[in-house]
Amino acid sequence: MIIDQAQSSITKAKNKRNLKRQNTFQTLGYILVWICGITAVAVVFWIIGYVLSQGLQVINLEFLTTRPAGGVSGEGGMSTTIVTTLYLVVLTIVIATPLGVGAAVYLVEYAGDASRESKVVAFLVKAARIGVEILAGVPSIIFGLFGFALFVSYMKLGFSLLSASLSGAALILPTIIRTSEEALLTVPRSYREGSLSLGATKWHTIFNVVLPTAIPGIVTGIVLGIGRIIAETAIFWVTLGGSYFLPKSIMNSGRSMALHVYMLASETRAFDKAMGTASILIIIIILLNLAINIISRRLTARVSGKR
Amino acid sequence: MYAESNHLKFQVENLEVFYDDFRALKNVTLPIKCNNITSIIGPSGCGKSTFLRAFNRMNDLIPNVSTHGIVAKDNKDIINIDIVDLRKSVGMIFQRPNPFPKSIFDNVAYGPRAHGIKSMVELEDIVEKSLKQAILWEEVKDTLDKSALALSGGQQQRLCIARALAVNPDVLLMDEPASALDPIATLKIEDLIQELKGHVTIIIVTHNMQQAARASDFTAFFNMDEDRAGYLVEYGETEKVFTFPEKKITEDYISGRFG
Repeated sequence: MIIDQAQSSITKAKNKRNLKRQNTFQTLGYILVWICGITAVAVVFWIIGYVLSQGLQVINLEFLTTRPAGGVSGEGGMSTTIVTTLYLVVLTIVIATPLGVGAAVYLVEYAGDASRESKVVAFLVKAARIGVEILAGVPSIIFGLFGFALFVSYMKLGFSLLSASLSGAALILPTIIRTSEEALLTVPRSYREGSLSLGATKWHTIFNVVLPTAIPGIVTGIVLGIGRIIAETAIFWVTLGGSYFLPKSIMNSGRSMALHVYMLASETRAFDKAMGTASILIIIIILLNLAINIISRRLTARVSGKR
Repeated sequence: MYAESNHLKFQVENLEVFYDDFRALKNVTLPIKCNNITSIIGPSGCGKSTFLRAFNRMNDLIPNVSTHGIVAKDNKDIINIDIVDLRKSVGMIFQRPNPFPKSIFDNVAYGPRAHGIKSMVELEDIVEKSLKQAILWEEVKDTLDKSALALSGGQQQRLCIARALAVNPDVLLMDEPASALDPIATLKIEDLIQELKGHVTIIIVTHNMQQAARASDFTAFFNMDEDRAGYLVEYGETEKVFTFPEKKITEDYISGRFG
């Protein structure tokens, strides 16, 4: 009895020590992840802050509304690059969205049945899936080289908005296909069954129930694509050219904002103007991210019935 | 012949359903009487839902399912009926309410729209009529443009019934329509089923013995064989099946000794 008590007091002391050690580890771990988090955030804020503090000095109404004038001293403003970026984004999205969403619809809604019916189709579908995965990780300059070879020289489209948009579309297609695929897969099977049980055709079901329900996810993919187009440089350097005039048609060359930053920084002495353009670029991307949040929250609320 | 209230809506002969090599249903032969309520009872896994989904060929949606035997609707093999027409005339209510993430109005108008009705006047008419038939109109008439997902579970299920009724079916298949609902919502669904009887033929799969006993005219009891295939044990008037079952195993199941 006495021995028992003695032993139990020993275990108690042991437990207490263990607990203390665990608590120390907890605290240490907490501090460690806290430092990591703060560092990561601090670096991002430092970069944005530095660019803005350098860039905002050159930004004024004149800088925003006059076009670049070229030269080694980087004369002029950035007006045409803003408009060209907008053109580029719109044209690329117009090309990539129907293709990407259509491909995702095929892969999710039709490929399964088709694969069971034919081994050739099954192989092609598998190849397409792997292809999408691989393409998503290919560097953008590779897409640029491909676009240059095919659109710019072989198809003789030249350095133009069209060549750039086609190449850009190829670049963001994997993203749009994958996000759309995931969005379509989250649509419950009960919705499809409900629609089909009413005598609606498969096509009607996809168009009127499946796609509307998947819209928030699909929009996310498209907006990610927009961000990519705004940010990419290399791919447009070899397909869009670099003319700082405003493109008058889709066959004209142009210069997007990111490309302008690159050219100012590498070919002129106007480093401050590169920073100014970069600031506008960063502000636009921040606004775009805010817009995604608002849009996707609204769409999700509509689809899930909370309004 | 059609004037008679208990002529046959469906005749099922030697129905077998396979999932790949697995036989889920074997040799089911069963009549379904017109404008009556037939309940399908039996333990889990005995193929009740598979059987129900044979009537509107929903099994066809599942890859690797093959169906043998005959299901005839109004003396016509359903294989020979256009699938759109078949599903239009054979509505289905699922275990969990599955309204679309659309407004109440758009949910009910979905079927008619899918079949080409565009006139708003006509659609409004159908929506009101269907919601009244489903005893939901009074609760939702002022909020038709609100999302269907904001309704309670019981209301959602009645909305699904209204949605099915909107395309004017002569048969309603119900797959445990009240199993996800509370007792009060369940009673409302049962009342509704009684209201609908006489206009439509109803086949209802249920786990709930009392529900089958009080709500249906005919009862079919399915069981699972040793090879896990479902088969029909007994079919007859509900009162008879529940009071003087022919087979011992039916009595055991009904009295709760297994299942």
